[in-house]
Amino acid sequence: MAAPPSGPTAATSIGEIWDDLRNIAGAEHLRSAVGGDSVAGVQPQMVLEPSNDTELAAALRCAEAAGLCVVPRGGGTKIGWGNRPVRADLILSTARLNRIIEHAWADLTVSVEAGCTIQNLQNTLAQHGQHIAVDPLWPERATVAGMLSTNDSGTLRIRFGALRDLVIGVTIALSDGTLASSGGKVVKNVAGYDLPKLVTGALGTLGVITRAVFRLHPLPRKEHSFTFVARDLADANRLALAVQDSRLAHTGLQARFDAATAPEVDVRFEGTDAGLTAQAEVVRKLVAPAAEIPSGNAVWQARQQLWAGPAAIAKLSTLPASVSEICGRLRRLADSAGLRWSAVVQGTGLGWLRLEGSSPPAIHRVLHTLRIELERAGGSLTLLRSVDAMPAMDAWGSGGDALPLMLKVKQQFDPHGTLNPGRFIGGI
Amino acid sequence: MDARILQEFRAVAGERGLITSQEELKTYECDGLTNFRVVPQAVLLPRSTEQVQRIVRLCHREHIPFVARGSGTGLSGGALPVQNGVVISLARMNRILEVDLANARVVVEPGVANLEVTERVAPHGFFYAPDPSSQSVCSIGGNVAENAGGAHCLKYGFTTTHVLGLEVVLPDGTLAHLGGKTLDTPGYDLPGVFVGSEGTLGIATKIILRIVKRPECVQTLLAAFGSTSEAGAAVSGIIAAGMLPAAIEMMDHLAIQAAEAAVHADYPDCGGLLLVELDGPMAEVEALMRHVDEICRKCGAGEIRVAQTEAERTLIWKGRKAAFAAVGRISPNYIVQDGVIPRTALPRIMSEIERLGAEAKIRVANVFHAGDGNLHPLVLYDRRVEGQEHAAEVLANRILELCIEAGGSITGEHGVGEEKKMMMSKMYAEPDLETMQRVRCAFDPEQLSNPTKVFPRPRLCGESPGEYRPHPLETAGIAERF
Repeated sequence: MAAPPSGPTAATSIGEIWDDLRNIAGAEHLRSAVGGDSVAGVQPQMVLEPSNDTELAAALRCAEAAGLCVVPRGGGTKIGWGNRPVRADLILSTARLNRIIEHAWADLTVSVEAGCTIQNLQNTLAQHGQHIAVDPLWPERATVAGMLSTNDSGTLRIRFGALRDLVIGVTIALSDGTLASSGGKVVKNVAGYDLPKLVTGALGTLGVITRAVFRLHPLPRKEHSFTFVARDLADANRLALAVQDSRLAHTGLQARFDAATAPEVDVRFEGTDAGLTAQAEVVRKLVAPAAEIPSGNAVWQARQQLWAGPAAIAKLSTLPASVSEICGRLRRLADSAGLRWSAVVQGTGLGWLRLEGSSPPAIHRVLHTLRIELERAGGSLTLLRSVDAMPAMDAWGSGGDALPLMLKVKQQFDPHGTLNPGRFIGGI
Repeated sequence: MDARILQEFRAVAGERGLITSQEELKTYECDGLTNFRVVPQAVLLPRSTEQVQRIVRLCHREHIPFVARGSGTGLSGGALPVQNGVVISLARMNRILEVDLANARVVVEPGVANLEVTERVAPHGFFYAPDPSSQSVCSIGGNVAENAGGAHCLKYGFTTTHVLGLEVVLPDGTLAHLGGKTLDTPGYDLPGVFVGSEGTLGIATKIILRIVKRPECVQTLLAAFGSTSEAGAAVSGIIAAGMLPAAIEMMDHLAIQAAEAAVHADYPDCGGLLLVELDGPMAEVEALMRHVDEICRKCGAGEIRVAQTEAERTLIWKGRKAAFAAVGRISPNYIVQDGVIPRTALPRIMSEIERLGAEAKIRVANVFHAGDGNLHPLVLYDRRVEGQEHAAEVLANRILELCIEAGGSITGEHGVGEEKKMMMSKMYAEPDLETMQRVRCAFDPEQLSNPTKVFPRPRLCGESPGEYRPHPLETAGIAERF
């Protein structure tokens, strides 16, 4: 891995860079960075808001030539995810790339610019009774490219697939200023390599996404959510597996755990009245004798609610049948360290956990131990938010024997380490 | 090939794992696309990952290009051998290694046939969703290379949706594990880029698949229309009504005739046949099927049938899946084309295909995955008639150009392979292709793994790409960058 750029080269003074960037995007769209622009505690110098992808690509090329490190930013809701950048000079904001280019509703696709918020996009799509079947965090501020770069999908994934299954085309700007498109406007397309998947979850380290095309789904005719109370962790896991192993067509399945109360399992269905009635009957029989309590749309906000107030947040991935084992382990570790914990785990085996308490080193120890155990069983733990005074912890964990290949991919796309240096797995 | 190298190959794969006789090598000179043929220098039939690694290391050391091959059913020449290269057949690595029902995962070797996976898990109520028409013989390894689709990908997705992890022998012989049994393994989505890379990034030796629970109820409706445009209107109606069927297939008159001649599927004789499959909870399917029936009638459907038994359903699908081969009954030679258009462009493209066919005096039978706009025009010709083969090829290519102009793709599921690599520069601008090839350079800088496929011109790794230049279609205002 090449060392990241060390800053403005002798040949280019900081004044010249300002001039160049101003010429690209206009003086009113370049400003000095302020405290609120800092990235995981690293203070950048400048914020540029280009108005289109050509300007964005030109700015990137200019930044690379000048030896700057660039942090792409959408709504900034997840800007703290990943490791602390080695350096950050220029924030490249997609705030002004926010157009919905084409909603081809009869073809069930949409082309949209990177900086459009999820909420705006979904509102537009809803006019034709459609949506991107995702429910990411903070949709009112989170942007299309931010959601893609962090691979943040949500509870609908269990039925409609991950973002990688919904994104069918992207345009990306590479650090050398190349603008490249891959995929297309049709759902079925195997021409060439699938770069939309490569940049999904890449945390902006390969290129800056400037546009994306998604396949759409019809909005549900009707929805109904159910909540059941489980006796304990194992019972909650049993209920979730029973639903998952049934022939029900659920669009959401999650278990909510915390130290204080009995676990609850939420299930959601969509469809016609007849279909909902029939499925309600089946699911109630299936989970018996678990008690049913009032439910509603609000239960699906549980993942976002974990983020309220200061606490460490991590994403975990395990096999669906191992959820109770992992959560049991988490409970024992947290209890013995005197930490409060809660978790939301989906039927897919993906979960989000929250840890808080007076001892940051204890939080670190619990997360570290849990990561080792998850990785040993083929899973993973990604640290999304740390707490003050917690000992440093790599956000990603092990890349296994694929890491050398990932480093080579990075080297090909961003040979000078201009984009988000140090933030991704293995120092990428 | 040098006797010393052959001896080394023999030492790895054993006497029975190495083919060198000209007669036997001929078996491997092409895949399902028979108009390109190259006889390989040797064919290797490894039985284990370790043997694949040793073979690939040897190829790497000696700079011998290699082509991985599954069952050889591919339709774009992806498994076509390359000059002075060897073929590595994965046919003998055909074990199902693990079935984990609790987590809905199956781990297989690449030579396992697609249908075997479903057969193995069907008793437990599961199936493996991607179902290319060749599913009884095509291999999972080949499906991974081509990102195979099938009739049900409208709802269930493609091979890439169902591959969670891969053990891969990289082109220098290194072993790497991409993805895994759990979701969202940290790092780049390398399985995402490996699946569909057509054998150009290495050889998959183990594949972790996701299986799906069979729905409570499956209903298949056949509706006969006077024309494909009427049938097309019904498809639009179904989508506009907010339904996502498991499959929507369409056949035109010529394709129906061919299927009838071959498998007697008892299809109604009509201008456009629509096959709509809904699945899910019984009450849901029944309610929606009534709606589909109404929409079809409104769009002018004459006869409408819903398969009442599993046997009827199987027969309906047998006709559809046999359609490619069935065309052999009505034409001595034919080209199977594979293109994609935005679904709404269907009526326009259909009439354009008809016009072009009439002009060239070439018949075209049409079979489509109508729900996702994936066309399979079958261009019929007779090689014995002077000039017809050429005219058919020109027409087949022209159809792909129509797809590109409509904002679609040159391939929805068959791959680019050897056949369509020159079309890639019509679909993508140079910077797009150069960017894709950066992936190639990361995986296979020496370009030994299925070289000369997919891209019109290999990029020398280390070569610095040029600046963005607009594509001719953009300049002409026909296409827009998305």
